[in-house]
Amino acid sequence: MASPSTTADAVAPRSSPGDDNYLTHDKGIASWAFTLDHKRIGVMYLISVLCAFALGGTFALILRTELLTPGHTIIDHDTYNQMFTLHGAIMVFLVIIPGIPAALGNIILPLQLGAKDVAFPRLNLASYYLWITGAVLMLTSLAINAVDTGWTFYTPYSTTTSTAVVPAAFGAFVLGFSSIFTGLNFIVTIHKLRPPGMTWFRMPLFVWALYSTALIQVLATPVIGITLLMMIVERTLHIGIFDPALGGDPVLFQHFFWFYSHPAVYIMVVPAFGVIGDIIPVFSRKKIFGYKFIAVSSLAIAFLGFLVWGHHMFVSGQSVLAGTIFSAITFLIAIPTAIKVFNWTATMYKGVIHLDTPMLYALAFLWVFTIGGLTGVFLAVMSVDVHLTDTYFVVAHFHYVMMGGAITALMGGLHYWWPKAFGRMYDEKMGRLGAILVFIGLNVTFFPQFILGSRGMPRRYYNYLPEFQHLHMLSTFGAYTLGAGFLLTAYFLAKSLKHGKIAPANPWGGTTLEWQCPSPPPYYNFTKTPVVTQGPYDGYENLVYDEKIGGYLPRPNKAEA
Amino acid sequence: MSETTSEPVGEPKGGQKHDGHPGHDHPEEHAGHGHGDAHAHGNSPHLAHHFDSYQQQFDAGKLGIWLFLLTEVLFFAGLFCAYTIYRAMHPEVFVYAHYFLNTTMGAINTCVLLISSLTAAWAVRNAQLGQKSLLMLNIVITIACACTFMVVKYFEYSHKFHDGLLPGPRFHPTEQVWEVESFKLKHPEAAEYAERLAKAAEEKKKKPAAAVAIVPGTEQPTFEKPTEEQLEPLVKAGLIGPLSEEPGGISRPKDAHVFFSCYFFMTGLHGIHVLAGIGVWIWLLVRASKGQFGPKYFGPIDYAALYWHLVDLIWIYLFPLLYLIH
Amino acid sequence: MTSMSILLALASEPKLPKLPDSPYFWMPPRVSTIAADSDFLYEAMTWGSAVCAAAIFYAMWHFCTKYRAKSRAANEVAGQSSEHNTALEITWSIIPLFVCIALFVGGFKGFVDIRTPPKGAMEIRATGQKWKWLFTYPGLGTPEDMLHVPVNTNVRIVINAVDVLHSLYMPVLRVKMDAVPGRYTDLWFKATETGDFPIFCAEYCGTSHSDMLSHLIVHPPGEYETWLSNTIAKADSVTGKDRGAMLYEKQGCSTCHTTDGTPKVGPSWKGIWGKSESMTGGGSVTVDENYVRESLMDPQAKIVLGFTPAMPTYKGKLSEKDIDGIIEYIKSLK
Repeated sequence: MASPSTTADAVAPRSSPGDDNYLTHDKGIASWAFTLDHKRIGVMYLISVLCAFALGGTFALILRTELLTPGHTIIDHDTYNQMFTLHGAIMVFLVIIPGIPAALGNIILPLQLGAKDVAFPRLNLASYYLWITGAVLMLTSLAINAVDTGWTFYTPYSTTTSTAVVPAAFGAFVLGFSSIFTGLNFIVTIHKLRPPGMTWFRMPLFVWALYSTALIQVLATPVIGITLLMMIVERTLHIGIFDPALGGDPVLFQHFFWFYSHPAVYIMVVPAFGVIGDIIPVFSRKKIFGYKFIAVSSLAIAFLGFLVWGHHMFVSGQSVLAGTIFSAITFLIAIPTAIKVFNWTATMYKGVIHLDTPMLYALAFLWVFTIGGLTGVFLAVMSVDVHLTDTYFVVAHFHYVMMGGAITALMGGLHYWWPKAFGRMYDEKMGRLGAILVFIGLNVTFFPQFILGSRGMPRRYYNYLPEFQHLHMLSTFGAYTLGAGFLLTAYFLAKSLKHGKIAPANPWGGTTLEWQCPSPPPYYNFTKTPVVTQGPYDGYENLVYDEKIGGYLPRPNKAEA
Repeated sequence: MSETTSEPVGEPKGGQKHDGHPGHDHPEEHAGHGHGDAHAHGNSPHLAHHFDSYQQQFDAGKLGIWLFLLTEVLFFAGLFCAYTIYRAMHPEVFVYAHYFLNTTMGAINTCVLLISSLTAAWAVRNAQLGQKSLLMLNIVITIACACTFMVVKYFEYSHKFHDGLLPGPRFHPTEQVWEVESFKLKHPEAAEYAERLAKAAEEKKKKPAAAVAIVPGTEQPTFEKPTEEQLEPLVKAGLIGPLSEEPGGISRPKDAHVFFSCYFFMTGLHGIHVLAGIGVWIWLLVRASKGQFGPKYFGPIDYAALYWHLVDLIWIYLFPLLYLIH
Repeated sequence: MTSMSILLALASEPKLPKLPDSPYFWMPPRVSTIAADSDFLYEAMTWGSAVCAAAIFYAMWHFCTKYRAKSRAANEVAGQSSEHNTALEITWSIIPLFVCIALFVGGFKGFVDIRTPPKGAMEIRATGQKWKWLFTYPGLGTPEDMLHVPVNTNVRIVINAVDVLHSLYMPVLRVKMDAVPGRYTDLWFKATETGDFPIFCAEYCGTSHSDMLSHLIVHPPGEYETWLSNTIAKADSVTGKDRGAMLYEKQGCSTCHTTDGTPKVGPSWKGIWGKSESMTGGGSVTVDENYVRESLMDPQAKIVLGFTPAMPTYKGKLSEKDIDGIIEYIKSLK
């Protein structure tokens, strides 16, 4: 009974290419463009998000190259400003926010719930096309006269600059709705489509994380929507809500903006917690340490995330009292976050650790997230933040958390679920090399920026004092390493689609439900709704590795019992 | 986490109750439980393939629409927040500007929306009972009320456009506040004084060098300085005060246009929601005419009605905040 | 270094401020009374973080080597260990909590110090505009482009902005404050060492944000007063073309307009006098006294074709004498 797979026929030993699966179920462009299948929508999201990531990454490499020397290196002032704005906007709105939830989550969430689809498949497709619309609007801005306000769209700069702010801001507005619809869909799916026997505390941590994320998406995103709309109307009709010349208040925009954008930080990083929470136990062959705490702390972080927006504004002129309250609550978030890191580390204790690519990314995540988290504490201390805010210290901190946290987890999740989603194994050696390159690149790029920042180098600077050049050069070389790591990853992942080994149903020995259906999953996922009888990380001892298929099967004698 | 697995309606997948009941390993046995709806989707044209029962589908939709309404509330919350902040910063602007709004028209619109909310709720009942013609009638009334609302709104807007009551730099009111009926009704004496003061100021401008006193025929070459009591309504209305555009004289408060920014933004966004609602109701009217709704399947009517109640509710807040409070 | 020698050095190399070498690895030198406090917290956190991170990284490395699986085929089963441990979990929740409370209190005390100017502090006005800091001193009619302060004196800077957000940032003092159009903000400090230090703009403000630098000059006792009276005397006496040249540097004209013929954010002043320039939106205008005056008072009225409307207005900031001076200066640039 303790076998993880209660529907034995679902664990097909392997799926030969001729089998009917979601990739081969229908043919032709229209069957993709109008699909309501969550896996296909997820794959379309994944491809689109990775393309946006390539674009944003290219911008980052150009920016870093420009910063090799003070003054002009390859591009001019305005191009630099436009490029860092688009780098930020693309990475935040097009890559990290939809990255794990909309791309990986769409493919995996219904599978982990043993469901046939998300609750509202049409809304899911609509959300994808809203993403496309938002992306096109951002690129329109790039084509006309790229926006140069920084991704924060601070007024009054954004209402007065001559660049194409409106398409970019409207793009972010539309992307907000894409994000809301994904979140709404996930909440309803998790509430209403759980399989028999899956109680709240039998949900995989990835589901918990997506649930917390979805709550933030639904509750915070409308506010950025209305804020950007007000900013657009301010810019076009001069209604005087944010423009000081017309009686408005520019700092109000910052409050509204951060009321969304701080929770948005958790929209970006909480799904990463979920991915890591799923990878570490599977690759340590051991139950996760402190499951309940990790699950509930995501919710706690989501809730507290709404109360700390003012810590972005310690020097904006807000009152000392307001700053104090925001600082105090910010510290409260540090504690559940720290405990999560302890729990993940403790999970490895006495485990049986397999250092495959997903696990390497999970370890990289632990490393960079620890640094990113600890430096966040520096910024929560008000007197220190006065010196550090708006310097490279902040840049380094949020890249450690966003790039190091969210993107590393996205890469980890991508490698972890790649065999499931596409039915092929990638080259494991290349995978590990890619993970190591990304890890080294990350640290070499962003660690020197902590030093730059605390020494006083302000952010968003095209030109800088010659004193800072050595550290900038080091950072740029790190960025090249990072770029190489991602290029390599793109290469071997693309190659595996055609030439990779056929993936077994359960290559890593996971016990969550997605590993019970064949790889790639059939069109309707499960022929019979699976019944859940145990926790998500129970029963590793009941799986045995079969070298012939390169994956795990239920332990034969026990499964019959 | 109020939602637990023991909640009967929210329980996923048919009749399955609790986690660890051994022996529950024949899923197909449970699939049709619950509400006795046919499980075979062939007989249920409106049941999506990924739901097991109409009840599950309805529950999912209901939770979905409530979440959507929550996002709508938060969307408007940004505007209400901006309104509150500007009201706290410039109370005189709101006192001044509300005289320009037509309370009668606002009240008519409130009534119209309340009636439409009633018919929307009634339509849900009709759908549940399978009363096709009554359902269609109620939807038609709802649409008619919504259209009436938009027509009244059109007249209000065009009136404001005509009078130059526009946000931002386009704000050039053709009427002074003391010439507005609602102001005259409320503060007749203040209106009269203000008018005389304004006339006197105009005369002075036309004929400088103390000509005011000499001109024959003016019924009041000089008028007594108004007492503080008489001026109080003017001060209250922001016509005289440190925050006026011309400190010391009578004029409108500085940044009076911000009120109209709020007014147009809030009512405009609400109007867009009404228009969207009209679209939804027309679509549902077509579906109702095909007899698609009945006791098993009435979700869309229910969801649309919930949305409509929210649109109504937002107006119930907008009406006093913009038209009545001062 | 005396302030006169600093000023002489500046005259030869006027552009870029220099961050002096620092005795600290992470931080620039400490030049204010509050710097030591905030640096202490920073250092404490750096060391604390290093210890925490090292412990976690060591645990990771140790577990990965000690418990590493031989191979998948070996099908090893994980050793018995509990899946949670209340005592351990409470310990590692409580310790960070106390650390956080201590840090919060420290940060709060420091922040209150930074944000509460002492009574009787000397006041200097700072105005941020694209892309220049202007400092107005008591008794000096025209603003200066550098911040001069006496050493060991409480100074309060009252900050505002004319166009968009800026932020006055002096790393050696560990202070920073946003400049917000339409309201006043302030910061204060007491410089403890004499010298020449950089001032940055830390809030993104457009094209030349990264060139919006200035100098903080801390004078030895007595020399600040000398500098101020000399400057006042000089500012009043200079007229005509020389006045224009002075304002060109000090009012921020040089950020956007060159005098050597290369266009920057705005047209170069060299040879522009008397030229007929095409305007955005059609038509052309001859650059004469009226056009220069209009461009200073209402810069957005007529924009030379090919340039963006980026210039702030100088209405109320320039006297008639100043405008005449600028006109004379432009005339002289043939």
